[in-house]
Amino acid sequence: MSAPADNSATAPLIELVDASIASAQEPEVALVAGVSWRLRPGEYWAVGGLDWAGKSDWLTTVAGLQQPVAGAHLLFGRDTASITEAERVAERLRVGLVFENGGRLFTHMTVAQNIALPLRYHRNCPPEETREAVEAALEFAGLADFANQMTSQLNRSWRQRVALARALILQPEVLLLDNPLAGLDPRQTRWWLDTLDALNAGHPFLSGRPLALVATADDLRPWQARARQFALLQRRRWVDLGGRSDLSASSDTVVLDFLSA
Amino acid sequence: MEPDSAKPVRPPLLQSVLALPLPRSYLNFVGRQLFRFLQTVQGVGAFALITLGVTFTKFNASWRVVHPLIRAQVDRAGVRLLPGIVLMGLVLGLVIVGQTVSLLQKIGAGQYAGTVMVTVLIRELGPLATALLVLARVGTAIVVELGLSRAQGEVEALEALGIDPVHYLVMPRVLGLAAAIFSLTVYLILVAVCSGYLFVFLQDVPLLPADYFGQIARALKWEDFALLGLKTATFGAIIATVTCYQGLAQRLRLEDVSDATTRAVAQSVAGCVLADALFILVYLLM
Repeated sequence: MSAPADNSATAPLIELVDASIASAQEPEVALVAGVSWRLRPGEYWAVGGLDWAGKSDWLTTVAGLQQPVAGAHLLFGRDTASITEAERVAERLRVGLVFENGGRLFTHMTVAQNIALPLRYHRNCPPEETREAVEAALEFAGLADFANQMTSQLNRSWRQRVALARALILQPEVLLLDNPLAGLDPRQTRWWLDTLDALNAGHPFLSGRPLALVATADDLRPWQARARQFALLQRRRWVDLGGRSDLSASSDTVVLDFLSA
Repeated sequence: MEPDSAKPVRPPLLQSVLALPLPRSYLNFVGRQLFRFLQTVQGVGAFALITLGVTFTKFNASWRVVHPLIRAQVDRAGVRLLPGIVLMGLVLGLVIVGQTVSLLQKIGAGQYAGTVMVTVLIRELGPLATALLVLARVGTAIVVELGLSRAQGEVEALEALGIDPVHYLVMPRVLGLAAAIFSLTVYLILVAVCSGYLFVFLQDVPLLPADYFGQIARALKWEDFALLGLKTATFGAIIATVTCYQGLAQRLRLEDVSDATTRAVAQSVAGCVLADALFILVYLLM
């Protein structure tokens, strides 16, 4: 595994400044307060938290799908509270998001149609013009045999792969993953971790461009040898755990408790 | 002279009634219903304005993806309902048109047949009956499919992909239903008028086809065509907006979808009847 790159001089891709994150169900309730965090190019974050710690809400806030109730959210250096909706959408297209529990696919479409939709919508092109890119995405995600199946016919782990291919089809600069390893068997878990490593290092599917990754997790153990930056959402607080060596050397009872869970 | 202070002064009856304390629960109930009604009007109104804005600003955006969706809605709410509309037109023609014309002939008021047909069928019954059929067959399905999409997080997935849900999900349904209800109403009226004459013919009423259709043609004004188009498109827009609002505009759980469908049907019917009443005012001014 390559040594962590020193990105401190690089402009952050995404930034939260003293942000309070609200629940999507109850927008007036702050789940996590005082989050100051920066994502720089090439970084690979794993953010742990127990159920209902606010991981999904934190991730959708990072993606720009909901605004923090306090503090600021900057997407590629632009404060999302002070730009127009069209500008916000344009910046958001540079961020891919994979939802948890099967990736929230469009159930009335086939696998190929799901992957092609963002490309067709934003480039306003007929299906024939997206065929090549969709085939490449299917190949990348190991879904070539399922191209014409309805997504409802796939099990959760394969649906999650479709969601990954759909999130990457627009060639984003950042990939956010909400609990991608939840409920996967060891073989699928290994595929995901290897694929994410390759994406972070620069996968041919993204023309070799390194992708900044942020994954939330119930359990940080599978990520210990893969991610390079770690954090916890614990008791309504954001806890920056530092790098891989800081994590393994930590004597903090909260971290030890979380890693031995 | 001293006023008679011993004589009691009775307040007017209305003031006495208003001064009576109302049961708290009754006030509570009425207040809640009123607020709920106002909230719904505000919500649907805002949703309709957003949809209108998106329709004007983004009609041609991503047209290779969105325009086929409009055509799909026209197919779903229009073409596929054609057999049902033809059947309804036949029934309306035989039961209402034929009997009315036959009766008018018997009482010697046959010259009013055209006027009655235009007023009853073209202005009122045709658009309203078509709108109710589309609401029952397609409107309810829209609430269920959008409600399930919302409950399963598909709408958030669209937003994450930079796809405007109003542009992708609502606009095609509003335009599709508006076009479908207009077209179906035209077919319903044509079938009802023709089957009405069939009934008249079978009843041996002495009315020639030329006289029958001539009366209707003479009773029609150009405003009737314009208002028929406007009215049916309005009904389609109301049904699509209300059903999309109930399916999309609020976070639903799976168990909320059936209640949302019931609300959408009631509100769509109320909206169409209200719009119909406004159109009656226009007809009266003509």
